Amino acid sequence: MKRRVFAAALPAVAAALAWTRAARAATALLNVSYDPTRELYRDIDRQFAADWQARSGEAVAIRTANGGSGAQARAVLDGLQADVVTLALAYDIDALAARGLLATDWQSRLPDNSTPYTSTIVFLVRKGNPKGVHDWPDLIRPGVAVITPNPKTSGGARWNYLAAWGWALRRPGGSEEGAQAYLASLFRQVPVLDTGARGATNSFVQRGLGDVLLAWENEALLARDEIGHDAFDIVYPSLTILAEPPVAVVDSVVDKKGTRALAEAYLAFLYTPAGQETIARHHFRPRDKAVAARHAAEFPAIETFDIASLGGWRAAQARHFADGGLFDRIYTPGR
Amino acid sequence: MNAATASRARGRGALPGLGLTLGMTLAWVSLIVLLPLAALAARPWQLGLAGVWHSLADPRVLASLRVSFGAALAASLLDLPLGLLLAWVLVRYRFPGRPAVDAMIDLPFALPTAVAGITLTALYGPNGWLGAPLAALGVKVAYTPLGIVAALVFVGLPFVVRTAEPVLRAFPAEIEESAETLGARPWQTARRIILPALAPALLTGLGLAFARAVGEYGSVIFIAGNMPMVSEVAPLLIVIRLQQFDYGGAASLGLAMLAASFGCLCLVAGLRRAVTPAVR
Repeated sequence: MKRRVFAAALPAVAAALAWTRAARAATALLNVSYDPTRELYRDIDRQFAADWQARSGEAVAIRTANGGSGAQARAVLDGLQADVVTLALAYDIDALAARGLLATDWQSRLPDNSTPYTSTIVFLVRKGNPKGVHDWPDLIRPGVAVITPNPKTSGGARWNYLAAWGWALRRPGGSEEGAQAYLASLFRQVPVLDTGARGATNSFVQRGLGDVLLAWENEALLARDEIGHDAFDIVYPSLTILAEPPVAVVDSVVDKKGTRALAEAYLAFLYTPAGQETIARHHFRPRDKAVAARHAAEFPAIETFDIASLGGWRAAQARHFADGGLFDRIYTPGR
Repeated sequence: MNAATASRARGRGALPGLGLTLGMTLAWVSLIVLLPLAALAARPWQLGLAGVWHSLADPRVLASLRVSFGAALAASLLDLPLGLLLAWVLVRYRFPGRPAVDAMIDLPFALPTAVAGITLTALYGPNGWLGAPLAALGVKVAYTPLGIVAALVFVGLPFVVRTAEPVLRAFPAEIEESAETLGARPWQTARRIILPALAPALLTGLGLAFARAVGEYGSVIFIAGNMPMVSEVAPLLIVIRLQQFDYGGAASLGLAMLAASFGCLCLVAGLRRAVTPAVR
């Protein structure tokens, strides 16, 4: 009796296994991304899937997972099978490379330091700019409350911090001590440190906290779009940082899953005119000059410096954001 | 062999197969509870003893532990009278909508902590329904340690209510009646008769509320200001260390929290044993 039941079950089990294997064969791609790109990759994924189907006749299922950049990198390190990572800063992808998930020269594999779109750090203020915030020195005036997320947990917050640092170094009479003093004053104006960029945006927009929000340009433009043009103004500081959120293929995962061609095509799509147009539509600055020219009204010309001029991410992380670094010393001066 | 000898032959006492079931239960509990705790306990020592000490002897770490445990203690102490009052009303009185109120007590259990956190922030924020009038009086709740306590009170309340309720329900009415006939005023009855009988259950509720409050992250992270040294909770500091890929540092802080919580719970258990009347 038992043997007969087993014999009957065997083909059923085999059929079930074969069916699930076949179901998995419909190619899937996972893009692990940072927080503000939800809307962007929803459109990109749809466009790319249609494009790939038209070109190769193969149906693909593209999924994008969003979250804090550092948390996403940790998830991939812990085994999340990401074919492609599109994170907020090169440091997070470097952490993956250090563990052998991709080659250490990943940033040179795609054009423009593997960043198909850039953004910058701007000030979002209440309509009419009642506190008269026009540039970095205005942020440390008494009575101005500044909202920025916690640089220890948010990639966007680290761009904010480094934008302030870079400006303080480059201003006339700027020095390291002066920059440290400026940043200490700046963070004294911060009433709450949210853990992520979206959390900070919500505190500013929904809770009505603070007078100025330091934000990604794309977040500021999105907030203005969603809430309405009559609620906020965007102020561009005199000098700000060029935020380069990079993209990369995760070698170990695509080689195991056999999706390298698809993953590379996905990232290459971001550089095509169609991809760049979508990028511009979602308030990210495109690298393509023609597309940028078409959207010049939305993206004013700004003066920027980049992370390389500050010594790169590894140096910046060690100097400012590591345990006992400059950011910690703002709150615990004794150490 | 009659029935009695047969059952004695099968196993000790009234539970047949106790040895096997006990063994399986212990194995299961070990797997689910002890293994992860052992992994946590083993992690920090990668840094070495000096590394663990350096990781913990940081004023910011000590401040965060103070905030976490201090707010948890304050919240669970606040929960005691509130929970007792609620349990009393639910047990002793009949009013329209009582089943609904009874179900609502369990809401903090059912609500995802993030939802609770965001709702409380909206309520106590500077333009919230409670936050705005309080701000007019000069009291800031959201983004201060007071906000943390408010969130933890909300989260710990069901524990006190649910542990006090069955004891109140089972409390024999004759004892109160005889106290009344002997001339005790209601306040004396409450202080001398009812509260001591409730004390073990209330202490259990306190311990549970405290344990839940100490490790809270989701409901606290939105309403706390997260300002280092002032309103930063220990679980956030653990997340920050993970963010820096400092797994050893995060584990050492987790281990410190585990040890401190264990100590507090032992204290509560000891107190409870002290107030429980001896069984004659």
